[in-house]
Formats: sequence, C-alpha cells, structure tokens
Amino acid sequence: MNSVSPRTEAETVEAVTAARAARRPLRIEGGGSRADLGRPVEAETRLSTRGLTGITLYEPRELVISARAGTPLAEIEAALKENNQALPFEPMDHRALYGTQGEPTLGGIAACNISGPRRISAGAARDLLIGLRFVNGRGEIVKTGGRVMKNVTGLDLVKLLCGSHGTLAVITEATFKVLPHPAFAGTLALYGLADGKAVAALCAALGTPLSVSAAAHLPAGLATPEPLTLFRFEGPQASVDERLSVLRRTLVPFEQGEALAPDYAGALWRAIRNVVPLVSPPEAAVWRISVQPTRAPKLVDLLLKQIAVRYYYDWGGGLVWLAVAATGDAGAAAIRAALAQAGNGQTIGHATLVRAPDDLRRNVDVFEPLAAPLLKLTKDIKASFDPDGILNPGRMYPGI
Amino acid sequence: MSIQFPKPDPSILARREAIVAGLAALVAPDSLITAEDERRAFETDALTAYRRIPLAVVLPRSTEELSAVMAFLHKEGVNVVARGAGTSLAGGAIPQEDAVVVGVAKMARVLDIDYANRTIRVQSGVTNLSISDAVAAERFFYAPDPSSQLACTIAGNIGMNSGGAHCLKYGVTTNNVLGVKLVLVDGTLVEIGGPYLDSPGLDLLGLVVGSEGQLGVVAEATLRILPMPEDARPVLFGFPTSEAAGGCVAAIIAAGIVPVAIEFMDKLAIEICEDFAHAGYPLDVGALLIIESEGSPAEIDAELAKIIAIAKDYGVTAIKESKSAMETAAIWKGRKSAFGATGRVADYICMDGVIPTGKLPQVLHRLNEIVAELGLRVANVFHAGDGNLHPLVLYNINDPIEQAKAEKAGEEILKLCVEVGGCLTGEHGVGIEKRDLMPFQFSPVDLAQQMRVRAAFDPAWRLNPAKVFPLEGRVAA
Ligand SMILES: Cc1cc2nc3c(=O)[nH]c(=O)nc-3n(C[C@H](O)[C@H](O)[C@H](O)COP(=O)(O)OP(=O)(O)OC[C@H]3O[C@@H](n4cnc5c(N)ncnc54)[C@H](O)[C@@H]3O)c2cc1C
Repeated sequence: MNSVSPRTEAETVEAVTAARAARRPLRIEGGGSRADLGRPVEAETRLSTRGLTGITLYEPRELVISARAGTPLAEIEAALKENNQALPFEPMDHRALYGTQGEPTLGGIAACNISGPRRISAGAARDLLIGLRFVNGRGEIVKTGGRVMKNVTGLDLVKLLCGSHGTLAVITEATFKVLPHPAFAGTLALYGLADGKAVAALCAALGTPLSVSAAAHLPAGLATPEPLTLFRFEGPQASVDERLSVLRRTLVPFEQGEALAPDYAGALWRAIRNVVPLVSPPEAAVWRISVQPTRAPKLVDLLLKQIAVRYYYDWGGGLVWLAVAATGDAGAAAIRAALAQAGNGQTIGHATLVRAPDDLRRNVDVFEPLAAPLLKLTKDIKASFDPDGILNPGRMYPGI
Repeated sequence: MSIQFPKPDPSILARREAIVAGLAALVAPDSLITAEDERRAFETDALTAYRRIPLAVVLPRSTEELSAVMAFLHKEGVNVVARGAGTSLAGGAIPQEDAVVVGVAKMARVLDIDYANRTIRVQSGVTNLSISDAVAAERFFYAPDPSSQLACTIAGNIGMNSGGAHCLKYGVTTNNVLGVKLVLVDGTLVEIGGPYLDSPGLDLLGLVVGSEGQLGVVAEATLRILPMPEDARPVLFGFPTSEAAGGCVAAIIAAGIVPVAIEFMDKLAIEICEDFAHAGYPLDVGALLIIESEGSPAEIDAELAKIIAIAKDYGVTAIKESKSAMETAAIWKGRKSAFGATGRVADYICMDGVIPTGKLPQVLHRLNEIVAELGLRVANVFHAGDGNLHPLVLYNINDPIEQAKAEKAGEEILKLCVEVGGCLTGEHGVGIEKRDLMPFQFSPVDLAQQMRVRAAFDPAWRLNPAKVFPLEGRVAA
C-alpha cells in the first residue's frame, strides 16, 4: 500500500488535493491501533497523521489541551499527569482486542469518539471535545468550535466529526476539556448476582446521589469464578470511603459487598475498559451494544437461547460487550432481532460489530443500519465534506 | 448598525389566503392564529428591538399534526420559523412577514418517566422547569437550568443548546439530550438517538442541538435526568473590584476545583438584583461571586474551605454562607431574575461571549472601558466558571442613537471575546443578533462548510432562513 505522511496541515491539504485530483481514495490512519474498527476501507493509499504531532496549547489553569492529530495519547496523558489532570472520558485502548501494536493518537480518539467506563458520569469523548481543525475532502482547512468551555456559535461540527471515523475529513488538531485526576478511587464489589439482579443493583446505585463514576457487571467465569458486580467511586479519599459504605448499606437487599484493594480494582477497570475479558479466543467476533440499561439482561437472555455468546456489561448495564463465533453473519441478524424484540416496538439501542475478519465486516452491517431518511441525510452530509468520496470510503456504510 | 431582514417574497404574501386555508384544513381552529392583533403576539422574542408580523401562526397538538403542517408548507414553498416560548435573546424566534411560525406550545406533555434508566421523554413544548418539577418527588432533576426556565421550552433549549448556572458541572443541553424526534423540512419524521447512549451513525443529534430551528422542527425529546445531590450550599463572596473577583474565579479553576456553579455580578448588577429580590447580597462590594458546592455536608465543607482560602488571597471582604433552604432559594432567585430585574431599570442588550477563564480580569477591565467610552452603563452578571460573560448594556429603546451605541458596544465586546481566544456566543445562540458578526469568528471556508451541512437538511433554505448565517454569500449543497 502507498503511504503519505504529511508533516503539516499544508502538506495534508496537498495530499488530499492530489488524491482528489487523481480520484485516488485515502485510508486515513493515526497510530493504526484501531485500523479494524468499522468496515474495511476501499482505498489503496494510506494517509497517516503520524507526522502531525505536538501539543499546541496546554493551559492547565484553564483545563484545556490542544494537540495535532497524530500526537500519541501517551504523550498527552504524560503531559496531563504532570499537572495531575486527565482526559475525563477514560478512552478505551483497542490494542489488546485487535492485537495491534501502534500508538493510539489523539486524532483517532476524536475521530472515533472513544470513551470508557467513566462515560456514564463524565460524558463521552464527544462531550469533552471542544474544538477541531480539519481538512475536508475538498482540500480545505476548516476550524470548528474553539478552546473555550461553552460555544454555540454556528452549527456544532465538532460533534458531527467526532465519531465520523474519518469519513468526512482528516482531523489535523483537536482540543479537549480536561479535569483534575481523581485523587482516589474505591470500588465496591458484590458477588454472585444473576444478570437481572445485578443490572437492577447498578441502576439503583446510579440513581442515588452518591456519584458512582463507573458501574459494571461480569458474569461468572470472566474475571472471577462467581459473577462480579462493580461500583467505582472517585474523589477525595474520605468522600470515596463514605460514599462506598453508604452504598454498601443501601444495597444490602441485593448482597453483601466488599471494597476491593485499589490496585486490583484499577486493573479490573482497565480490563473492562479495554474488553480484555473477551480478547480470546482471537478468532471470535466481538460486538458492542449500546442499550437501555434495564432491558440489557432481557436482550442477553433472548440471545442466549439462540447462539453461544460470552458477554459482560459496562455503563451500568447500558453497554453490552458480546463475543460470538465469527461464522455466518457473526450473529448480526439474531442480535438486531433480539434488540427489536427486547424493545417491544421501541428502539432501545444499537449494535456495532467491533471485531471480525475483513470479509465479514464487508458483508454485514458493522454499524446499525439507518432508516432511509437518515441514510439520505448521512450521504448528503458526506458529500458536503467529501464530494468525491476520497476519505475513508466505505468505512461506516457502503459508499460512506 | 441595524440588522437587516430578507425582503418578503411577494408571491407568498399574495397567496396568504390560500396558505391559511390549507393550514386550517390540517389543524383545529384554536391551533391556527390568523388575526393581525393575535399574530402580533408572536412578532418578536426577547430581542424586542426587532419585530416582524408573521404570515400566520400554527400551534399543532401532536407530532402527526406537526408533520402534516410541515409537509404542506414545504409543498407550498413557505418559510418556517420554529418557536418555543419566544424567550430567545438573540432574535432566534423572530418571524418574517412571509414565514409561518410553527410553535410547539400545545405539545407540552411529559410522555414517560423512567427512573431506573434515568431518562424522561417529553413533547418538545414542555417548559424546562416543568421537567425538573415532574421528577422532583423522586429526588431527580434535569440539569441545564437557564434563568428563563419557568418559561422557556425544551424545544428552544435544543434549538439554542442552552446552558445555565449549574452547567459548569453538569454540561449544557447537548450533554443532557439522548434523543429527538425531528420533523424534517418536508414533513418526514425521523428518530435520532433514544433512551440509550451515543446514537448510531454520524452524530446527527449533536448537530441538531444548537441548530436554531434550521435543520428541522423538534417534536419530542428523550433527556437524561439525574439524582439530586444530597445537599447544596451557595456562598456569597464579596470583592472590592471586578478584577479581583475575576482573578479569584481563574484561580479556583486553576486549582482544579470545579464547583457546581460560579456566578459573577458586578456592583450595578448587585444593586439591581438586590432591589428586586431582597436576596441578602452585600451592597458595599465592587463585585460578588455566588459559588455553590454540593455533595454531603462534609464534602461541601471540604470544598468550601479550599475556595475560601483562595478567595482570601484575592482580598475577599465579605463571605456569607446560605444557612437554610429559604436563603438558598433567595440567593438563586436574585441571580436568576437578573435580566428581568434589569429590564425594570432600563432597556438592555445582553451579550453572551465566552473567554478563556484566565483572561477574566483583563477582559472585564477592557469591557467596562468600551462601554464607558460610548457613554453607556453596563451591568455584568454571568457564568464565570466557564468564562461565559453576560454584559447587559443599558440603553433607551426609544432613542435610535443610543440603540446604535449599545449595538456598537455589544459588537466591540464580542470582537474582544474572539480576539482573546473565545467565541461570540456561549449559550444564547447567534439568531439575527450575531449573524453579521460570524465572519469575525469564522473564515468564509468555515462558514461555507457549515452552510453545506445545513443545506443537506434544508436545500432551499426554508427553515428560519434569516438567522445565523450572513445574508450575503450563502451556499447550498
Ligand atoms: C430573562 C431571560 C433569561 C435567560 N437566561 C438564559 C440562561 O441562563 N441560559 C441560556 O442559555 N439562555 C437563557 N435565556 C435565553 C432563552 O431563554 C433560551 O435561548 C431558551 O432556550 C429559548 O427557549 P424558548 O422556548 O423561548 O425558544 P424560542 O425563543 O421560541 O426559540 C429559540 C430558538 O429555537 C428554535 N426552536 C424553537 N422551537 C423549536 C423546535 N421545536 N424545533 C427546532 N427549533 C426550535 C427557534 O427557531 C429559535 O431559533 C434567557 C432569556 C431570558 C428572556
């Protein structure tokens, strides 16, 4: 595969302009750690953002950081750590799941809207992303948003670009809001709960004023022999301890609980964030289902009756990670039918095929199929950025 | 600088009777407003210096009716101005003579409350406050709290991506909306997002929030509700000068403390609000911060101790903690009635620029100079924690020269905000008010990209067409 690696925004414009003139589509890549996220891109040339690096603005006193798209996440996190700050949305690292080696970049996180367990309390990447510079498929440099915390000036293209998987533009620089790194984290664990009861406990906890920052449930055999239900608290240690013990008392109707050792709990949350429990066998397909939390156990139950699945819940039940055999349609039809059935006529979520061989991801809907009017809007929006379809064509939907 | 409206289309004006008759066939008589004196009630919003009487006003009772009305207007080629409660400060809801106002005032039901999943589904005409009221008994609330929350609708909040005093911690509308049912320009109903996180495909939901009625008309919304904190306590901090108070805000944020609200008032604003609300604000200070901390009593004590230590470094002269729910209510009533109270004293234009918090002292200083140089007065009352300024420039609406000066002051202040790295509007929206200032913040290429996206939804520019984008140089798909 040919490769071009611009070192400046101007060189990015050149690369895109040349590709457009030659009608030669580009596959846009940051560190390559998420190259398999989405449908296979129909392009022979790679545009790497790896040459676009460096933090361009960091004002710890104003809780804001900007960096060029190819800046490794590790570099961002190191800079933030020096000031005891962090990206609040706890971005997932896909390397374990895909077995990839590259360095995740800030641009990749913005382009794919990558979040982690703290998404339910601190928001997603899209909630903390406040500004972007990008080169669209016409070879134009565009800026949207800015570096301030509130901004409603014009259409919010920041949100539109976040999660567009490189199909609209090459992001060249991203600005995020940051927050102080929590001083301390404590995790309450309950053991032995069946899915339904566990998700009810997660929902109950998230409905209290105790500011649970993350809430997950791992069925038997994934992390521990028994099912494991987890509640994380963050903040000053005295406050964490207090809230944890209050929740423990509140949840007595469910089960006795115990506070986990911080190091052990930290490793568990990293594993949950990075989908480590479902990494092997590496040939299995992995789905990510965003769903109305209380209906998640019903959804899983419907699936268990039809296909063999391994799974766990994050986001208080609102996120189901699911591994199935990568045969046939990798369970696509069954999963989407079960979502419809669990919703009882209402749309209650959507499923994304996160890991599967190229052929499978070419032939099943990786992202939830869109209703006709939304698909038309999506096509027209794509054309408004990238009229000749040269940026990551086919990444999200055929031709898009 | 008087803001221009596009010339009404004479062919539409000539067909007024037929258009009204067509609408009459689709909605009940009390949903259609045609008499001139009744239409006049919709001629402006909270930017009262500008008025246009619409062709007609239609207030559908259901999503289906709304859809039918939109399909009909589309077929007839008529412009549409969506309207909630008409409290926009940016002129976002001001009609045009050749446009039909499509209002959601009669679609104001709460459809479903789901405490376990922490969501509520509403028709878009419900008022902001009634959402929190609907869930208060179970100790939940809807977080974005514009000061106009008693009147403004969730439709308008979505239209403008509205904020409020407590958004420092909880985010603005876009961070609290999970889904919408949207009627497109041709009447097609689409569902974007729902009672789950991260809508599939491109983030059209993020695009629709803050689109000022230009991408479609919102019929229903699914919103996130949150459990109320155990306790919340506002504290008043009085400072000798605005610059000292501004410096204190920057230092609190710099220390990594993000309380649930940091609100700022200068001397004139304090006097106006105290006179109106009797909130117990100190009158012998140059500027006041209202800082609210929440959590358990111990957590509040710990956070406030840190804030008080910082405030002392900045020469705080008065500290007053709320001691009761009644005092808390009075403190917030004073702050939230600031615009209304100012309106009793004089006419005003309210700016909404945002600046990096570190620039607060410098910008406050320059802002007061700008207004003084024009011989006007300004009351400053704003969301300081996220750098969102609301200078209220006072003037007399019946004096055209003074109005021009006030608009000039507003323009200078907003340019200053952009110059120091900020933006024209943090929560009120562009509307007509800041439309012609957009080129100060965006390049022609930036604006053209936004307009092409807009055109994907509304190729013929029928939805709220006079707003947001300068009238010259508009682009379609
Ligand atoms: C005293 C006062 C205090 C205020 N305080 C605040 C504050 O603290 N924070 C803040 O952010 N704002 C504040 N505002 C501004 C205003 O209240 C907000 O912009 C509010 O969201 C407008 O809601 P509304 O229902 O009045 O909408 P309208 O004014 O009717 O409309 C606002 C915009 O939304 C569009 N719109 C309306 N309905 C729909 C729909 N169904 N679908 C699509 N688009 C639609 C309109 O076309 C228009 O562009 C204040 C205003 C006043 C008068």
